[in-house]
Amino acid sequence: MNNTEKLQLSILAAKARLGAVIGTFHAKSGHPGGSLSAADIMTYLYFKEMNVDPANPKDADRDRFVLSKGHCCPSLYAVLALKGFFDWDELYKLRHVGAMLQGHPDMKGTPGIDMSTGSLGQGVSAACGMALAGKYDNKDYRVYAILGDGECEEGQVWEAAMFAAHNKLDNLVVIVDQNGLQIDGPVAEVCGIEPLDKKFESFGFNVIKIDGHNFDEIESAFENAKATKDKPTAILAKTVKGKGVSFMEDQVDWHGKGPNKAEFETACAELNAEIARLEGEC
Amino acid sequence: MADVVTKATRESFGEALCELAKENDSIVVLDADLAGATKTSIFKKAFPERFFDCGIAEGNMMSIAAGLSTCGKVPVAASFAMFATGRAYEQIRNSIGYPHLNVKIAGSHAGISTGEDGATHQCLEDVALMRTIPGMTVLCPADHYEMMAATKAAIEHVGPVYIRLGRLAIDSFNDPATYKFELGKGITLHEGEDITVIATGLVVNEARKAVEELEKEGLNVRLINIHTIKPIDRDIIIKAAQETGRIITVEEHNVIGGLGDAVCDVVTSECPVPVRKVGVYDRYGYSGPAWELLEKFGLTATGIADVIREEAAKK
Repeated sequence: MNNTEKLQLSILAAKARLGAVIGTFHAKSGHPGGSLSAADIMTYLYFKEMNVDPANPKDADRDRFVLSKGHCCPSLYAVLALKGFFDWDELYKLRHVGAMLQGHPDMKGTPGIDMSTGSLGQGVSAACGMALAGKYDNKDYRVYAILGDGECEEGQVWEAAMFAAHNKLDNLVVIVDQNGLQIDGPVAEVCGIEPLDKKFESFGFNVIKIDGHNFDEIESAFENAKATKDKPTAILAKTVKGKGVSFMEDQVDWHGKGPNKAEFETACAELNAEIARLEGEC
Repeated sequence: MADVVTKATRESFGEALCELAKENDSIVVLDADLAGATKTSIFKKAFPERFFDCGIAEGNMMSIAAGLSTCGKVPVAASFAMFATGRAYEQIRNSIGYPHLNVKIAGSHAGISTGEDGATHQCLEDVALMRTIPGMTVLCPADHYEMMAATKAAIEHVGPVYIRLGRLAIDSFNDPATYKFELGKGITLHEGEDITVIATGLVVNEARKAVEELEKEGLNVRLINIHTIKPIDRDIIIKAAQETGRIITVEEHNVIGGLGDAVCDVVTSECPVPVRKVGVYDRYGYSGPAWELLEKFGLTATGIADVIREEAAKK
């Protein structure tokens, strides 16, 4: 990836973060922490990796994305809006009565959402179903699912992992957003999941560990996944919860609340400054 | 009248799936290590490439079915009713029901007629659980011919469907030459003005025997077979309430949340009449041969006839 491309992705990711902040501020609720930690990966997926067309969101041959950690949809909504699936202004109505953008992804109401999620652990199984259908139909599409590290405490994640490896779903990529924090505290203290790499390896996955905010590493991980045959890939992405907004970074308190007006203004100022800085480099 | 077929509805279901799959390439079947028992093994044998065993992981199976359906498949996910609707309730609610996906859920070994396996495997709550899910169609066929037709209707219907299958081999009573299945429509099996019996599933035939017996005693009982518990046939129930003034419901299910409650929902708002619920009264089952258990729980023709006499005397 050349520098211009990287800069453009960084600008889009910063805009996605801004969208997540706008959404959670106007909703007076939501989950900014995990939205910001996964923003770079989602941006990469929609702007570099995946074959999707906002003009034809239900195309049978498209790549699929499942946000298994559905609560982090504010940044996904922002990415989808940036990609052109719907209007950016929808973010201002996030979680409002009658709004298109629900508190957790709703595939029936929101263009670009491939699976309704929110109840943890289920999205990765649904992604297995999509990947299985692709194999069965001899289609080339690929399926991507992002799950949280806390989500890996759900037994269903491992039922799905077993199924994916058993059925050789090499068209499936599971990305774990390892920001290290869940609602009740650090994952390691709530109910530790390590060694996560060995767990996925022993379940039959191709495992890649990356810095989830580094586009070069993100790119090479997805390239590696594509080149891997007969087994699914798990990308363990080390991330920072709240990434991009100084006072939210690595703070468990920012798992599930919206910023107040002062916090919102600070966050917007920081992100707008970052966008301006990056655009200056272009 | 055609010959009586003695067959468990789970077996009829497996056969129906095979028939339907010949015409419909989209049908795929999932099971959770119970293919031999749910009889999806019949499909597995005929279409091995369209059968996926998910192992003993029912929640995962339901979510996988959801994913498959988003890609145009018509997945049929089968397990025992207990595990399909109980363990995987939340997956069905959130991953299948909420997005209204075209998944068919089959729960076999429903009711106390599961027999010797006992309380943990005798599901008496599946209808209640599935009824609470918005948009879910709930089917409970009563014999071989009805199950064949209901399975076809379930596949043709676009949207989530729960279909209840029994373990016990039972006699058919419908005549395939005249039988017509219409989703959401009850069937009047016997006309009568004195009192109405509304039954579903395996006990319909028991109710039918009871009603015929009582006819000899001069009691004219209307008998309605409800194969579609949701959406329920409101018209046939209201008419029965208006014309007979008293209703008895019969089901192999907890009286909380099942057919009886569904009937009460209709009559209380439209035409309040006394409703006596025959079923399992807020308790667990226990081990024993199926027919002995059905007898114990008052769900055979004798037990049902006793209740009809009792209720008719109150009029």
